[in-house]
Amino acid sequence: MRNWLVRDLAGIAVISAVLVGISYFLGWIPIPGMAYYNRVIVTIGINIILAVSLNIINGHAGQFSMGHAGFMAVGAYTSAYLTYFHFQPFLATLAEGPGRFALQQALFLGALLAGGAAAGIAGWVVGLPSLRLRGDYLAIVTLGFGEIIRVLILNIDKIGGARGLSGVPAFANFFWVYFFVCIVIIVSWRLVRSQVGRAFLAVREDEIAAEAMGVNTTHYKVQAFVIGSFFAGIAGGLLGHYLVYLNPGMFQFTKSFEAIVMVVLGGMGSISGSVLAAVILTVALEGLRFVKEAFGLTSDPRMVIYAIVLILLMRLRPQGLLGNRELGDFFRRRKGGDR
Amino acid sequence: MTVTAVLEAKGVSIRFGGLTAVCDFNLAIQPTELVGLIGPNGAGKTTVFNMLTGVYKPTEGEIRVSGVNTRTLKAFDITKLGAARTFQNIRVFKSLSLLDNVKIGGHIHYKYSWADSVLHSITFREHERQAEKEALELLSMFDLDHRAHDEAKSLPYGDQRRLEIARALAAKPKLLLLDEPAAGLNTGETTELMQQIRAIRDKFGIAVLLIEHNMELVMGICERILVLNYGKTIAHGRPEEIQRNPVVIEAYLGEAVEV
Ligand SMILES: Nc1ncnc2c1ncn2[C@@H]1O[C@H](COP(=O)(O)OP(=O)(O)O)[C@@H](O)[C@H]1O
Ligand SMILES: [Mg+2]
Repeated sequence: MRNWLVRDLAGIAVISAVLVGISYFLGWIPIPGMAYYNRVIVTIGINIILAVSLNIINGHAGQFSMGHAGFMAVGAYTSAYLTYFHFQPFLATLAEGPGRFALQQALFLGALLAGGAAAGIAGWVVGLPSLRLRGDYLAIVTLGFGEIIRVLILNIDKIGGARGLSGVPAFANFFWVYFFVCIVIIVSWRLVRSQVGRAFLAVREDEIAAEAMGVNTTHYKVQAFVIGSFFAGIAGGLLGHYLVYLNPGMFQFTKSFEAIVMVVLGGMGSISGSVLAAVILTVALEGLRFVKEAFGLTSDPRMVIYAIVLILLMRLRPQGLLGNRELGDFFRRRKGGDR
Repeated sequence: MTVTAVLEAKGVSIRFGGLTAVCDFNLAIQPTELVGLIGPNGAGKTTVFNMLTGVYKPTEGEIRVSGVNTRTLKAFDITKLGAARTFQNIRVFKSLSLLDNVKIGGHIHYKYSWADSVLHSITFREHERQAEKEALELLSMFDLDHRAHDEAKSLPYGDQRRLEIARALAAKPKLLLLDEPAAGLNTGETTELMQQIRAIRDKFGIAVLLIEHNMELVMGICERILVLNYGKTIAHGRPEEIQRNPVVIEAYLGEAVEV
């Protein structure tokens, strides 16, 4: 009975066990500067969540959201508010031990999900009116939304305002980040191979034909948008609890743009493409740090780099690295010797 | 009055600015009828389809699909009432597989949610298995099953038209609306397609409304024909009557090349 649920729970347990193993291994590797590499690995993970979730909106459903950083901010501040003001003080009253550790993990998971839910609700509020209209409205409205959220946070003193919120509990780590990397990949993968995901694709391909086949296009656009925003919120929560610091400047438009570049680079609609592009771009940006130091640059050259990446991409491979295929499709094609 | 007409249009007109594209259009279609809608290019045939399927709202008049007034309904609601269509300028989902195209055709029959999709629940599996089976059956009806996993845009023109019909049939409609399904096909393919349309009607027991601007083509298969010219209905009757009707002949004389 309900063995599909049992199988999924077992799958989650296995993934968790493997991730715990890897995180111990990473902690043990005796290389100088390992802490730095760990930070890069976690950043890659957060960017994968951002890219894969944005790909649901921009790649699968074909809508153009430019406010991913805004939804990230909603999730980040909501979850940090809960842990900083409520969960952490409460945990501090308990005696140290495995019980407290377990409770902390559970509360953190709850805070992340609450942050995701808040971002999802924000996505619904923003998306419902604008997704009824033509496609470009969403781009403009989400762009505006991202800025509004940032300015709003700047002016809320309780959560730090412009100073930022320091002392966010350090609950996030390799395990939690990659746990949600797995979740967002599985969810997105399963969705796109279901009727819901096929409706997203139909909306992207041809709205008039989709409606003629009985697809309520607005409903599915909003659904894709809410799901994507939810995971952006999760990514925000992870970021805050990893850096133990939040600041509205972390969620500027450039952050949304970064996620867009990843999706486009990977190939609109390709989940593995988004993952690949998130890895490549994050590593490249880290490399840029050294370039910046070596040349003694005073400002961050990343916007110039994005522009160059996009221009080259449009010239050389407009469909992105993987097009709308998945990595596996390329191997299958070779093996099968397709027509 | 025991059977409801699958389609009933009463006094339907639509104006685009100053142009009355369709004027006082009346048509009732009973279950399993095969009706032709013909007329020269620009007569308003596609516009009639767009009104029947909810793409356009008529300026005047009333449309009922399966007895339900569609005035306030969206296109996707009308599909749920049992009307599925194809497009004159093919609108298959180009970068999706043939299989996915047909599965989306059956969209209104899915009864599982996004949560079922994410959890791969039993409901999800059963529905998907069934959908896959039905989609392959429809594809094989049109000899397309061997290309089920190819992208739709890789199909030749004629096969894309057939794929679009398969996709519409996946909705299990009571009324199938075909907009110039033979456009761009050669004579052999056209004859074959016309026979196939008749076979579909017989097999599924559904009504078909077929747009075609070449009069000869529909004569052989339709039981009833309605002729539009400049948005007005100039004739409506059995094929033999239409063929002899001087007004129809006159309207088509300007298009002698087409006949
Ligand atoms: N959305 C629209 N706006 C303005 N005019 C339109 C529109 N749709 C159709 N028409 C006009 O209505 C007339 C009938 O077109 P159509 O229905 O496509 O003809 P047919 O399908 O019989 O060839 C044409 O004159 C066309 O220009
Ligand atoms: Mg037409």
